[in-house]
Amino acid sequence: MTPSFKTRRRNGLLSALPLLLPAYAWLTLAIFLPLSAMVYFSLLSDIAPNAPSPSLTIENYATFFSDPLYATLLWRSLVLGLIVTLACLVIGFPAAYVLAKILKGRAREAIFLLVILPFWSNSLVRVFSWSMVLREGGILDTALNAVLPFEVTFDLIYSYPAVVIGLVHSYLPYMVLTCYLTLQAIDDALIEAARSLGASRLSALRRIVLPLAMPGMLAGSALIFIPVVGSFMEPRILGGRNGTLFGTVIEDQFTAVYNWPLGAALSFILLAVVLVILLAAAPVLRRTA
Amino acid sequence: MTKTMKPMLLCAGALLLATGAHAGEVHVLNWKGYGADEPFATKAFEEMTGDTVVNDFFNSEQEMLTKLRTNPGLYDVVMINAAFMRQALEENLVQPIDTAKISNYGDLDPDQAASAMLNEDGKTYGVPWTWGLTTIAINDKAFDTAPTSIREMWKPEHEGRVTIRDDAVEAIQLGALATGQNINDIKDMSAVETSLTELLPNVRTFWSAENDWNQMVASNQIDLGTYWSGSAGRAKAQFNLPVSLAVPEEGAVGWLDSFAIPVGSDNVEGAEKFINYMISPEFYVEWDQTVGAPVSASRRAVAALPEDAFNRRVMGSPEIAERVQFQQPITDEQRESYLKTWQKLKVGAN
Repeated sequence: MTPSFKTRRRNGLLSALPLLLPAYAWLTLAIFLPLSAMVYFSLLSDIAPNAPSPSLTIENYATFFSDPLYATLLWRSLVLGLIVTLACLVIGFPAAYVLAKILKGRAREAIFLLVILPFWSNSLVRVFSWSMVLREGGILDTALNAVLPFEVTFDLIYSYPAVVIGLVHSYLPYMVLTCYLTLQAIDDALIEAARSLGASRLSALRRIVLPLAMPGMLAGSALIFIPVVGSFMEPRILGGRNGTLFGTVIEDQFTAVYNWPLGAALSFILLAVVLVILLAAAPVLRRTA
Repeated sequence: MTKTMKPMLLCAGALLLATGAHAGEVHVLNWKGYGADEPFATKAFEEMTGDTVVNDFFNSEQEMLTKLRTNPGLYDVVMINAAFMRQALEENLVQPIDTAKISNYGDLDPDQAASAMLNEDGKTYGVPWTWGLTTIAINDKAFDTAPTSIREMWKPEHEGRVTIRDDAVEAIQLGALATGQNINDIKDMSAVETSLTELLPNVRTFWSAENDWNQMVASNQIDLGTYWSGSAGRAKAQFNLPVSLAVPEEGAVGWLDSFAIPVGSDNVEGAEKFINYMISPEFYVEWDQTVGAPVSASRRAVAALPEDAFNRRVMGSPEIAERVQFQQPITDEQRESYLKTWQKLKVGAN
């Protein structure tokens, strides 16, 4: 009994191999190798081509701790990630609920298309178009003044709110899609049962829908929080002089001063911090899932 | 980087060499869209000499140096900013140029031709090609008379109406000019920091490309800011924007671009002919008038421009020659420390 079971298992793994191989080969090539290279870079003392041969050092990591500038920037980026994630949740969850539970057929398809539509245009173009909308004398300003009876000056461009608006716009579809998937999986009968047993709409939402939709909300939050913390393009274009964040500082190390070791080290510190945050959130995730 | 990428790039370079280098070809390494690759120029040069021009491009000075290092013998002409010549020389990437073979060499501005950045031990390694300024430009709508001092940017009436480039070196040098210091030998860094800290609240945003600047003027969002001389000229001449250059009495940062011949070039003669053509009035006048160019280092070429041309009328004026401080090489350590200072100032201003 035992030997035959063993062979079957080995065979199972063998036959699964061709299915797994492409994905793992790709992951090795596209993620594992570049990341290892960056780990190596982050430990080098210098990569300038005319410098004496580089030695291994942890000095780049020490730089982060020796200068409060980097911690301040990291904190700003984390706060930004939190704000954007919350805004996406507040805006995205109701939309996903309507899509999953209220709209049916054609209407649902049409609204769904509208949610995904922004993904079809280049993200840089989307960010740039915000700069036309948000500035004084821009599209929004002109439109508001044409409608409102009193004069308002609407000038958000090159400010922190502009960065938040641009990022929420970029990442909102992730939240809508993940929430939609979990909400759709909730059996309508559960909600009907709650209602027929006397629960108000609000308590049905609070005690049935929200807990069951929690995995989707958390997955969406993670999908948004991680890239936003490292974002550099949106802050640079929309933030003006308020747009200096951890991501832009990493970018500067690579593009402006050619200091790859420090840039790589800062990237890994960011990665570590994000991992710690996700690990800290893991118990909550497990309880709700 | 050095250990792993160099052999790979060398292989790639060798492949290119094997397929690309014939006699009668001049391989030119330059910024894209920067004169040497203009179709009219390559055509005229080919008709004149029979040599074909093969253009290759870089996106940063670091990339230019890397391409020279990893493709020895591939390029015949390379465009090098004078501030980077020191590094190219130290790494033995460029060879001395026999200026006697370049007939237009005598037309060059003598000071620029003799620049210590381009010459060493009596040998010439770079032929000055163009120069320009990083200085102040104004939105004509915001001023009745052009300001004469760089401190104009600090005035409270321009709050939120100033723009500077998000570039650590440029920002620090701006602070140095405003505090009356030599941009190449900044003695009092804390004065620079204080001065930039005072400036930042006035800054609306940082510009990164010419287009940013022009759009902000077109939508009347700024009064003045740092700008490049060539860009200011183009904004007025080509896009009809109310932009004027205002070179302040405190001085302006000058940059100088030059042509060099890389070590190992297999068509030195073609390279010399190409450089000679690049500093000729024929090429420069057409480039400036049809496309828009910085100021030529050749006095004869500038004098061949129409009288009202920006590069002759404004940039050729004696005040500018007096006020310009040419930018000297900056070490990597300086660059990194400038960046750190600049990042700190930007964060501190929030």
